Amino acid sequence: MTRLRLQIRKTPAPGPPTPAKRKPAKKTKKAVVFFEVEILDAKTKDKLCFLDKVGKILPSFSLHWYPARQSIRLDPKGKSLKDEDVLQHLPVGTTATFYFRDLGAQISWVTVFLTEYAGPLLIYLMFYFRVPFIYAPKYDFTTSKHWVVHLACMCHSFHYVKRLLETLFVHRFSHGTMPLRNIFKNCTYYWGFAAWMAYYINHPLYTPPTYGEQQIRLALTVFLFCQIGNFSIHIALRNLRPPGSKTRKIPYPTKNPFTWIFLLVSCPNYTYELGSWLGFTLMTQCLPVAFFTLVGFIQMTVWAKGKHRSYLKEFRDYPTLRSPILPFIL
Amino acid sequence: MSAPAMGTRKTAHTDSSNKKKKGPGTLAIAYLVIYNVVMTAGWLVIAVGLVRAYLARGSYHGLYYSIEKPLKFFQTGALLEILHCAVGIVPSSVVLTGFQVMSRVFLTWAVTHSVREVQSEDSVLLFVVAWTVTEIIRYSFYTFSLLNHLPYLIKWARYTFFVVLYPMGVAGELLTIYAALPYVQKTGLYSITLPNNYNFSFDYHTFLILVMISYIPLFPQLYFHMIRQRKKVLGHVEEYSKVE
Repeated sequence: MTRLRLQIRKTPAPGPPTPAKRKPAKKTKKAVVFFEVEILDAKTKDKLCFLDKVGKILPSFSLHWYPARQSIRLDPKGKSLKDEDVLQHLPVGTTATFYFRDLGAQISWVTVFLTEYAGPLLIYLMFYFRVPFIYAPKYDFTTSKHWVVHLACMCHSFHYVKRLLETLFVHRFSHGTMPLRNIFKNCTYYWGFAAWMAYYINHPLYTPPTYGEQQIRLALTVFLFCQIGNFSIHIALRNLRPPGSKTRKIPYPTKNPFTWIFLLVSCPNYTYELGSWLGFTLMTQCLPVAFFTLVGFIQMTVWAKGKHRSYLKEFRDYPTLRSPILPFIL
Repeated sequence: MSAPAMGTRKTAHTDSSNKKKKGPGTLAIAYLVIYNVVMTAGWLVIAVGLVRAYLARGSYHGLYYSIEKPLKFFQTGALLEILHCAVGIVPSSVVLTGFQVMSRVFLTWAVTHSVREVQSEDSVLLFVVAWTVTEIIRYSFYTFSLLNHLPYLIKWARYTFFVVLYPMGVAGELLTIYAALPYVQKTGLYSITLPNNYNFSFDYHTFLILVMISYIPLFPQLYFHMIRQRKKVLGHVEEYSKVE
């Protein structure tokens, strides 16, 4: 049997849904099973579209909604079908009923990541260079006399440059898009915290760490170790997935020692991220940085637990020694 | 703010009776009845205290001092309601209840108690009266609901008095915070300045201004939610009586 796909494509004509354009079935030597497909609105159960004789034909009909915001599912409250799902392999009879839900305006993950990471990079630098209207006028465009402040700026900037580059060249996203309102929520979080931290670290009345050079050296070591670790995990996760695919596999330790943490933890990228920010907190000895680390840790723990649960659900042979984010603890 | 969890609890009660979930057990209900009776009594004590002090003095001025202790005790006691939600014996949102109780506790302790100079302000009386009447109605409403004998009068009162009491309470609260501002700024109350070892600062004066500003988006939302609840809860009864 040939593989066929149900694709909903937006056609140029606006207005109410038009009936499916039906092309005559191509003559084949084998018998082909034709499907009838109806698409209902998941909430109101109104019939949006009815397609008969879905065979080798790719039907197209216009909807007000572009593909990224369409959720087509077999059950009104169930999970969305994926783009790659094939009509013949779905648990439907020859009359298939699908439910449609509008996911709302969507925005690509890449766009969101780039915006939310570019903000902190630039905002922190504004505070570092003490642009006017932040501190008292006599401090405009002056530099801090503490070398740890310069180091902190380098670390913070490095962190966000790394994130931007990873977004562009390393990460392979499962979903293309997320709801549009997320960009406002996420940017408020990242940009707000960046400004709050940067204000104190670059303040003329900043107090360097209590234990001086020892403390700063330890903090920098932890920070760099965790940055390399975090990057190693991102590379390892990328290599699990061939380009353009959306396959999911269990991550395992590789030759890189920084990935050996996979033996104990499901989401070591979050573990290393926490470590980096703990290092930065120690380096700057700044309470707002500690708050940011705490809030980030709480959010990452929620994500790690979710990811861990879905690994367990998807893979029978998932290693039992692993914890979501902190070895043996959480 | 003055009308914590008024509408939300009611819908939550109806929701829990529609769902197949098990409700609170008999022990929990007994405890809740006792809790709500005690709270009703406590706020009645405050009400009586206010009336007696007014009659004794002949003026509205400085009545706060006559009910200061029971006010602090019973308003702080409302923190238990967060626990009730967290444990699950009351089907309300922990976050929503927490927010509402904390705002009351904040006004009681962090503003009125902490800034002595505002205690003789008339605005304090304004919100204390609003809170007192609201809470007496609210806690008796819960008591009767738990015992499944809710007089229509109490239900009506709960969903009608707020129309006046809620704005009254908000006005009292805002005026009190506003009155506290100059004293907070002068004394640097609850504020931390730079430089310090943790590179952190906090200006309580600015914080209070931000709290006042937050009333602007929050108050209308809560108020109109209550108005909608009123239509839902009391509305059908009015239609029924029209038919008759």
